[in-house]
Amino acid sequence: MMKKISLLFAVLIFWCSSAYAILDVEITQGTEDALPIAVIPFSWAGTEKQPELNWSDVVSSDLLRSGRFAPVPENELLSRPQSNEKIDFNTWRVGAIDHLVVGSVSPAGNKKYTVQFQLFDVYKGEQLLGYSLTTDMKSLRYTAHHISDLIFQQLTGQKGAFNTKVAYVTVKRDLGVSSYKLEVSDTDGFNPVTVLTSSQPIMSPSWSPDGTRLAYVSFENNHAQIYTQILSSGERYKVSEFKGLNGAPVWSPDGKKLAVTLSKDGNPDVYILTLKTKSLSRLTRHWGIDTEPAWMPDNQTIVFTSNRSGKPQLYKVKGIGQKPRRITFEGEYNASAEISKDGQKIAFVYKDEKGFKIASMDLETGVIDVLTDGPLDESPSFAPNGSMILYAEGERAALAAVSSDGRFKQRLVAKDGEVREPTWSPFLK
Amino acid sequence: MRNYMLVVLAALLLTGCPAQPPKDDDSGSQQGTDNQSVSDSAQTNKLDDTNKTEGTSFNVGDEPYRKDAINDASSPLSQQTIYFDFNASTIKDEHRDLVTWHGRYLASNPDMKVRLEGHTDERGSREYNVALGDRRAQAVSRMLMFQGATNKQIEVVSFGEEKPVALEHDEASWSQNRRVQLVYEAM
Repeated sequence: MMKKISLLFAVLIFWCSSAYAILDVEITQGTEDALPIAVIPFSWAGTEKQPELNWSDVVSSDLLRSGRFAPVPENELLSRPQSNEKIDFNTWRVGAIDHLVVGSVSPAGNKKYTVQFQLFDVYKGEQLLGYSLTTDMKSLRYTAHHISDLIFQQLTGQKGAFNTKVAYVTVKRDLGVSSYKLEVSDTDGFNPVTVLTSSQPIMSPSWSPDGTRLAYVSFENNHAQIYTQILSSGERYKVSEFKGLNGAPVWSPDGKKLAVTLSKDGNPDVYILTLKTKSLSRLTRHWGIDTEPAWMPDNQTIVFTSNRSGKPQLYKVKGIGQKPRRITFEGEYNASAEISKDGQKIAFVYKDEKGFKIASMDLETGVIDVLTDGPLDESPSFAPNGSMILYAEGERAALAAVSSDGRFKQRLVAKDGEVREPTWSPFLK
Repeated sequence: MRNYMLVVLAALLLTGCPAQPPKDDDSGSQQGTDNQSVSDSAQTNKLDDTNKTEGTSFNVGDEPYRKDAINDASSPLSQQTIYFDFNASTIKDEHRDLVTWHGRYLASNPDMKVRLEGHTDERGSREYNVALGDRRAQAVSRMLMFQGATNKQIEVVSFGEEKPVALEHDEASWSQNRRVQLVYEAM
């Protein structure tokens, strides 16, 4: 067994600043009510060569990907005012641009930089935001995403999630040999880091609530085992290797437990594993399939998939010893629930005559919205601010995202191979 | 590991067998676990003979359950993949004989082990499919044990939709991917 583990390498080189994106983002469906905004290229105030980052492009791309904004393409900008100039707002009013961002970068000594930006309301001719931020070579993209977060929050009232991460699994098939990788990148596909490489399947990554660890399933020893891994060090722990299934790990909101699926007692059931003590409690007890647990924010209630009615449907159980209640009744296949951080909505895989799609359901009203077109959509994952849902398009082996109202869609295509099982990180500190 | 024998995808049993409505897992197997002659056992099976192709009759050689029969292309035991309907884990009527014969093979060769690898097609959610693959492999396991194979000879693992043999997004591929593969290994 040790020999096999040595064949694998679990590497981690964290947050190296690279200009390389592993995923290409394309917008597949825009919305008409996106807010027009112009982000002017940031000026450079130094005498030496400026750090390689197109600040306005990163901010514009972030705002575009949120689906809430329609940034003016750089080559269509009416003029290029700099931060200290007086801005002629009339020009922008005529162009029907609501908001304007100007910025500048200057050296701050000791390999550090000062980034200043201002956000203006064009119609009122007023400054809404003005910040001066210090950054270094390693944090350029981070700082640019932070600017996007500040603008997004100011204009939508919602916390921005541009400085978060996505974990996903990639597969390359070459002459019958497969290579599976668990990767983590920025939400725009930049800064990809390989967390684990294996010749056997890797599945079901789940973020710890503090964003420092991943739990996942690895078949590296020819059967399913659940691991947790510290992202900063690469250190990992085998937490479940019972006979039969060891699957679907999901971290509890307090970070102390994993909900998992085991078949050690005869058929797939959901169990709660307390990480510190390794103690195990059985949550479901049924001869059918019970799997794909998802935690409600109360750290107790779990939504899961069961075929106890004959077909897969979603059920809710308020903790150990409680009786599960069915919560989906529309359609013959509802599975793989993911709960929004505020506990108000679930996203799940929903089947209709055209195939498998991503749908969301308001847990209070029970109203279902079908958000995607299928035919092989799976693995929904909410952004930490609830604004978007990431998912996998099985037919294209690509990732995609849809706004939680279904009106805005984009696709994230891997440059090489298949990509699947996206999992959006929580807000990171 | 080096003793894993190759899985042969002989389509012998599949060609020309019309699909049967699924029935309960163990209902079709009436035989005991003795080493009665194989052509007899095929006849005493309560299946509808009209649905069988010629390839299903098991009358190859004097020792049908000899150890190397699983590698003999002329033996039905070289067929080591069982196929399933979408979202179902019931062994179809057309595969019951085959599973029965593999059960008897294991009963006759207690030093052989089999790994039952459960698989699904790509449709639906991934972890549900892992659970479904497990149910498929468990259904085969129960039928093997009914014929005298022991717990110690059987290992069950489910890969769900993670290891397809056909990669297109259509029923032709999906039907090949919904399967349990028997992977033999000497103890």
